[in-house]
Amino acid sequence: MSVETVETAPRGFLGWLDKRFPVMHVWNAHLAEYYAPKNMGLWSIFGSLALVVLIIQIVSGLWLAMAYKPSAAEAFASVEYIMRDVNWGWLLRYIHSTGASFFFILVYLHMFRGLMWGSYKNPRELLWIIGVVIYLAMMATAFFGYLLPWGQMSYWGAQVIVNLFAAVPEVGADLSTWVRGDYVISDVTLNRFFAFHFVIPFLLVGLVFVHIVALHRVGSTNPDGIEIKKGPKGNQWDPNQPADGIPFHPYYTVKDITGLIIFLAIFSAVVFYAPDLGGLFLEAPNFQPADPLKTPEHIAPVWYFTPYYAMLRAVPPIGGSQFPGVVVMFGAILIMFLLPWLDRSPVRSMRYKGVLSRFFLGAFAVSFVVLAYLGLMPSTDLYTLLAQIFTVVYFAFFLLMPIYTKLEKTKPVPERVTS
Amino acid sequence: MKHAILALALLLTPLAVMAAGGHGPKLEDANIDLKDQASLQRGAKYYVNYCQGCHSLKYMRYKRMAQDLGIPEDELRENLLFGDAAPTDMMTTALKPADGEAWFGTEIPDLTLVTRWRSPDWVYSYLKSYYVDDSRPYGVNNLVFPDVGMPHPFAHLQGVQAPVYAGGHGEEDGGHVIDVKLVEPGQLTPTEYDVMVRDLTNFLTYVGEPYKLERRQLGLYVLLFLGLMFILAFYMKREFWKDIH
Repeated sequence: MSVETVETAPRGFLGWLDKRFPVMHVWNAHLAEYYAPKNMGLWSIFGSLALVVLIIQIVSGLWLAMAYKPSAAEAFASVEYIMRDVNWGWLLRYIHSTGASFFFILVYLHMFRGLMWGSYKNPRELLWIIGVVIYLAMMATAFFGYLLPWGQMSYWGAQVIVNLFAAVPEVGADLSTWVRGDYVISDVTLNRFFAFHFVIPFLLVGLVFVHIVALHRVGSTNPDGIEIKKGPKGNQWDPNQPADGIPFHPYYTVKDITGLIIFLAIFSAVVFYAPDLGGLFLEAPNFQPADPLKTPEHIAPVWYFTPYYAMLRAVPPIGGSQFPGVVVMFGAILIMFLLPWLDRSPVRSMRYKGVLSRFFLGAFAVSFVVLAYLGLMPSTDLYTLLAQIFTVVYFAFFLLMPIYTKLEKTKPVPERVTS
Repeated sequence: MKHAILALALLLTPLAVMAAGGHGPKLEDANIDLKDQASLQRGAKYYVNYCQGCHSLKYMRYKRMAQDLGIPEDELRENLLFGDAAPTDMMTTALKPADGEAWFGTEIPDLTLVTRWRSPDWVYSYLKSYYVDDSRPYGVNNLVFPDVGMPHPFAHLQGVQAPVYAGGHGEEDGGHVIDVKLVEPGQLTPTEYDVMVRDLTNFLTYVGEPYKLERRQLGLYVLLFLGLMFILAFYMKREFWKDIH
């Protein structure tokens, strides 16, 4: 804090604690005296909701792990044991399976908000990069976790994804064997996937902590993309703080709690009334135990991976090798790291960017949704062609960004945030 | 705001898309009612008597089933438990997997979750779609499950069904089977048979998710609680935000 306000030191136990651990400092720096723009609005909520879902996943997952058996012989039966014989086991399991899908929904919305507000631009490049690392860690966790129910789709989904490593020239076959720990997906694979699925979420918590520390260093942005720290000073709480800032606590805490309750209602509606959501959150083939000898007629990953799966299938093999598809698929994720340097626009927010930026962002969002749909469907000639077109659109958003953000005419950015 | 809603709707589109593919013969509506205990009890009786000889329900306990279906323990012991089975046992089968494979050419599936990886409508339609086909080892085939290994378990009840070919031609004309028709009545009338098969499907739907009714009921309380919390939170938020201009 820049000014020493005359504060009465806390007394009693809190006083004792505060002398030994910076309770008041942490509380003030990150909540009571963390000034966030007053105009953040609806789209700002998805980050804090994602944090809540991460906690829900860790807690429900811990309790599931108490009854789950990570062995090829027992895994499927232990999941049914949880669903039938463990008190509230069905609820824990549905919360966990629904939570996985909702975690991705929230993070996709959170990322889209970042794209709209230009939240990745100077000085928030590192904040964005940490976010992409979080996304990668989430995908790894989800991938490892998906094998655990040991259903048909778990098994064959893992088989397809691990086989992607086999497409790497020269070392591919050895690499995929190394990942599986066996020549096929087996008990060994299940055991190690369980270990990873259990431990990566704690790494995720650490990454989220770092993400928030970085956020609080640079400050929250807003739909206008205006730096409130650079604007006029002085608000009703502090003469030296941004005029357009309001303390995170209580204003954004009460707001996020309201949003959280709406979110929990939607979440509960799925958990209690449609936990498989028409086969999207829990796929029908996964109610059959894994059978290494029987390939399901149609293998598709869970919906949150399907945009990348569609890209993988869209790229034709070169010289009989699937490797180009694998490169495109991973490239689609890794290209996100470059985003802060691809955007050459003088303004931050989509509100003041030009028509071209809006067009490309819209096309990007549509391509992501369409690719997700195509990835769920069995491929046909038409679908493959569509997947190829939308893969190009997806990459065009990133690769042409230095050009279209430079070319277009931007609107003047106001001095103060608009409400 | 309008844009935000539009964007949100756009991003959620994949969720609205049903993953299921629409091929194969049209399925009949099984018209499941998990609250119909009489139907579930009859379904349990049919299952234990006709199906469990080969198909296990190895994730389902007798006792749980009896409790949920309102079957008293003495009736359970008398009518539904065979051999040395105890109420706390799983509903397994006496058939050895190797024997099943030798006799029917395939591993005999456990049916605990059949209504979840197929669907209740599939099971219902399947049980109604057997027809005479001399080319098959047991003399029957199935419209919903072509070249199924299992003989018709209820042939004596349903009667004999003949295939109906596309365009009214026989198989030798290259027509494929599009429907079945009853040519020789069994012990039950078609309506009675439909009720029986529906009871059985209803029971298997229950077995696939025994806590389904409990889940829906609890959901109502949770949503009511969240609704109440929302009102409090909404007014609290509005009260605090009065200061912000």
